[in-house]
Amino acid sequence: MNSSQNRQSRPIVEMRGITKHFPGVLANDHVDFTLYEGEVLALLGENGAGKSTLMNILAGLYRQDSGEIHIDTKPVSIQSPRDASVLGIGMVHQNFMLVSTMTVAENIVLGTRSLSFVPDMECIRTRIRALSKRYGLQVDPGAYIWQLSVGEQQRVEILKLLYRDVRILILDEPTAVLTPQESEELNKVITQMIGEGKSAVFITHKMEEVMTFSNRVQVLRKGKPVTVKKTSATNPQELARLMVGREVLFRLDKGPSQLGHVVLDIQGVHTIDDRGYPALRGIDLQIRSGEILGIAGVAGNGQRQLAEAITGLRHVEQGRVLINGKDLTNRAPLEIIRAGVSHIPADRISMGIVGNMSVAHNLAMKGYRKPPLFQVGVLRPRRILNFALRLISLFQISTPRPQTEVKFLSGGNIQKTILAREIDACRGLLIAGYPSRGLDVGATEAVRKRLLEQREAGNAILLISEDLEELYTISDRIAVLYEGRIMGIIPSHRTTTHMLGLMMAGVEYGSLPEELKTNTTS
Amino acid sequence: MIELVTSILNITLRAGTSLIYATVGETFTERSGILNLGLEGIMLTGAVSAFATAYYTKSLVAGIVVALFIGASLAVIHAFLSITMRANQVVSGLSITLFGTGMASFLGQRLGPESNGYYLVGLVGPRFRPFTVKWLGTLPVLGALFNQDFLTYMVYILVPCAWFYLYKTRDGLSLRAVGENPYTADAMGINVLKVRYLATVIGGMLVSLGGAHLSLSYTPGWAENITGGRGWIVIALVIFAMWNPARAVLGAILFGGINAVQFRLQAAGATIPAAYLNMLPYLATVVVLVVVTWWEALSKKVGAPASLCKPYVREEK
Amino acid sequence: MECGMHLVFEKRESRSRLAAVLVPVASFFASLLLAAILLLITKAPPFFTYAAMFRGAFGTWANLSETLVKAIPLMLTGLGVSIAFRMEFWNIGAEGQLCLGGVAAAWVALFWAGGLPHWMVLPAALCIGALAGALWAGIPAALNAYLNVNETLTTLMLNYVAVLFSEHLYYGPWRDPKGYGFPGTAPLPETAWLLRLTGRLHLGIVFAFVLAGILWFGFSRSRWGFETSIIGKNRTVARFLGIDIPRTILFSLFLSGAISGLAGACEVTGISRRLQQGLSIGYGYTAIIVSWLAQLNPIAVLFVAVLIAALSVGGDQVQMSMGLPAAVGLLLQGLILLPMLAGALFTEYRFRLIHENALSKLRAAAGKEPSK
Repeated sequence: MNSSQNRQSRPIVEMRGITKHFPGVLANDHVDFTLYEGEVLALLGENGAGKSTLMNILAGLYRQDSGEIHIDTKPVSIQSPRDASVLGIGMVHQNFMLVSTMTVAENIVLGTRSLSFVPDMECIRTRIRALSKRYGLQVDPGAYIWQLSVGEQQRVEILKLLYRDVRILILDEPTAVLTPQESEELNKVITQMIGEGKSAVFITHKMEEVMTFSNRVQVLRKGKPVTVKKTSATNPQELARLMVGREVLFRLDKGPSQLGHVVLDIQGVHTIDDRGYPALRGIDLQIRSGEILGIAGVAGNGQRQLAEAITGLRHVEQGRVLINGKDLTNRAPLEIIRAGVSHIPADRISMGIVGNMSVAHNLAMKGYRKPPLFQVGVLRPRRILNFALRLISLFQISTPRPQTEVKFLSGGNIQKTILAREIDACRGLLIAGYPSRGLDVGATEAVRKRLLEQREAGNAILLISEDLEELYTISDRIAVLYEGRIMGIIPSHRTTTHMLGLMMAGVEYGSLPEELKTNTTS
Repeated sequence: MIELVTSILNITLRAGTSLIYATVGETFTERSGILNLGLEGIMLTGAVSAFATAYYTKSLVAGIVVALFIGASLAVIHAFLSITMRANQVVSGLSITLFGTGMASFLGQRLGPESNGYYLVGLVGPRFRPFTVKWLGTLPVLGALFNQDFLTYMVYILVPCAWFYLYKTRDGLSLRAVGENPYTADAMGINVLKVRYLATVIGGMLVSLGGAHLSLSYTPGWAENITGGRGWIVIALVIFAMWNPARAVLGAILFGGINAVQFRLQAAGATIPAAYLNMLPYLATVVVLVVVTWWEALSKKVGAPASLCKPYVREEK
Repeated sequence: MECGMHLVFEKRESRSRLAAVLVPVASFFASLLLAAILLLITKAPPFFTYAAMFRGAFGTWANLSETLVKAIPLMLTGLGVSIAFRMEFWNIGAEGQLCLGGVAAAWVALFWAGGLPHWMVLPAALCIGALAGALWAGIPAALNAYLNVNETLTTLMLNYVAVLFSEHLYYGPWRDPKGYGFPGTAPLPETAWLLRLTGRLHLGIVFAFVLAGILWFGFSRSRWGFETSIIGKNRTVARFLGIDIPRTILFSLFLSGAISGLAGACEVTGISRRLQQGLSIGYGYTAIIVSWLAQLNPIAVLFVAVLIAALSVGGDQVQMSMGLPAAVGLLLQGLILLPMLAGALFTEYRFRLIHENALSKLRAAAGKEPSK
């Protein structure tokens, strides 16, 4: 270690030989991790690489099986989030830790050690407003959490840490829920914090973010440390290779499209969200058989609503949804399933599988209503088993036995299970919501291949994704959703990131500057 | 007329005291996310143990202390099963009720002096007698508040303190957070398990105190089924009060009042069958439940603590 | 680093079948032990007491018959409650559903028997009783299915309404004028009497066995069974799959309430043969415990119901023969659950001693993907 007194090179966090195991998996395998004061370090790796686990240990939510942690070169023992907080460590999680029925101020001071028995809320609110102003995190301390947008809630999370004088800030996939513009603002906030002597760790699995946000990057793969580099000394391709251990193909072979009849026709659809505000505001689009239509946009602009409106899970206030020419607007989900529509839900754990039931049963959940799985008034266990074995083999789902409860499978295999079930049941239209989110590169490739296969087979696919790479690679056309409206639908070979970024932030295709419209992707 | 109202208020408060203690107690428990359906058992056991202790020691204080101890003990069992063992709270609570009811019957038939066949029924023991607060007790109508026994006077202090604690203190904030979102509370450094244990145990103590009021003041004495199902009414009251200890008073008065009013009405020759009047509180609670659940805006700010009945598991440590 | 050992309490990788059988048995003995302590404190010899209870419950044909008689309503309500619990619908209203079932059966028997052909009276009473239970369960079911109102609390509240209503009836408008001051209706006409097989053991036991068989089959082999299981485990997925949740809840709760209502109708037409005090004595609540102990398995429900009934009947006997309070049985019933609830955790989690050097073996094992 550098013994100079230079603030920039003082290691503020040192984790040595951290090992952590969960039932059936070794999440961290003798990982070393160093964070210097005043830097932003990106922790990069695929899902399951162990990044969140490592940081959760640092933040006190998990305890390591073996290994040491040093803060300011002194050995420490972090048994709980409170210990971490005392040491100046704070974490902003992917799933926000907020109590929705309480106010911003109440959430911020919850659990602080210095809070007096009868807190003076007015004084606290004033302090929060001052912090807000200083760091550019605009939010009303008196508002209830349930009233806030996702971006605003993230600001509350960061304010929580600033209120506690955090020195070491850990951010877990923070930009997943932000627009490109909001991401830029976040960058500014972090820069401001670094300027004041704080340090930050940025957990991500996106190479572009590493390049944008960090000074250094550490790569983890399957629980083991791979390398640590200066960001300026590397590039996305190299990072990807390090993450995965092999060359990653960024392009898949996509044959020319063979378009057929219109399978999905959405006309002027309007929906309302759970809070009563308009969500979709007049969507018009069509998908033909043999075509993949990609939907781009920051999460929360109506993507989920779109998928739900088509599959009958959400009421359509105005407009029509036609499938194969038949008006199926607002019909029961079962009817739409019977019309041959399959859906890979964005919330795969909570909506796509029943964790406590076996893989076989989960695979049977679309086909159990009719022969061969159901005949003469009863379900047929043996046929269900054979059906499951066939799909397991066909989709290469890695599971100890078909009877294993599906919750024990890895994320990628869970997604394969859902894919298998939905693709097998698909008769014309497949709605795929963020199908490769959170999957490692290998699983992602598998998913994309399947989607292309379905396209070859003549199915129509609606692909909702936040991964622009994915949209370019496999969609034929890309539509951008912003605040419930379509900003434009463009053939994928004519889109650029710049174009999409602007559209995702609310600029309609028609209003784009001319030079952008004539660019093509290389 | 004023006489009538005053006397109704008087009876209502006497009848409602045990309900208020128990409701405030269970409100705290449920605010932490634990549903305790063992209230009937705790109330009964509290009543019998308080009475037996007071009878033999001739000391009301001893009776109260024992009731608190019993309430804490039964509640701790429920807490242990629900929190540490993560058992199903409905089943755990019901077993406490079963156990407590059986235990209370058992003790009621076994703890008495030999001269009474070991039975506690029919014995006369020490009791809290109502006393009048000077001058205040002579007020029209409101005077009824000041003609009560010690335990009821304690309620006047308990309720505001409970309200203040829950809404204005740091610990109350932690408690509410645990009930709404234990994962968040845990991440913020609050000891979720400790909060839930405390809330359950203190809740149980208050419930038991409610039972003690029955045997040491209201009835007084011991009789099989002295609670008459109050333990179940309390569950309804907590909802009716929307988990707010201050509103618990309203509910208790309502339920207690219906009992009192019923007597008067019958004396006055009214024709509504008692049964229908008695049903009213339960039906009213169902209506409250429906309204609270259905009215979305309302249920975002008030409503059942979101983690009610769900065990908290911090995966791995 | 050092050669240490860690004791960890961790989640099992798969449900342990062995534990699922061992644990209830071990817990049962644990509760016997606990109760023994209590008995010792009150100067009752435990072993002797248990033996007396066993004899009282199973010792003679008459005793066995009584135990079965007490078990029947527990079997039926236990089955009914299991249906609801399968969907994680906490129906604790079996008490009220049973009660109204009895009321409805009495209503048919007392007021319609005259106008119906003889052979029809009993079936009508039983059917209307089941229907009453079904409707009573339907109300909280609808409130939950369509308005998302918490079912634990609504079913509980409705119990009281039902019990108060029935009390009102046999204390008031339906009271037998020739009843010698005892509250209750006139005796039901003989056409409404449920057949007794021996002693007081009535046909209800056949209903219980048949229903248990049907439900066992239904749970494992019917689409309804599959769907209710999904609803219980994850409602969001159920909706996603196109399952009509409100309709399924309503149907299942109708069935659940109907079986409890049938239990009440059988009690009234088979045992008391009038509507009187003693119909609502907590079967509905005990049923929850029976169902839970049986882990919602319909066949197991039959056995557990007999066990619980045995404790109650045995307790009564102990009172007579040893002068101990009858509450002993009740006490035991309550005590049994507590260790078993605690024990249930061990089917999901376990204790393990980890040696320091065993970690390296773990590392090697965990490094591989789960095998195909």
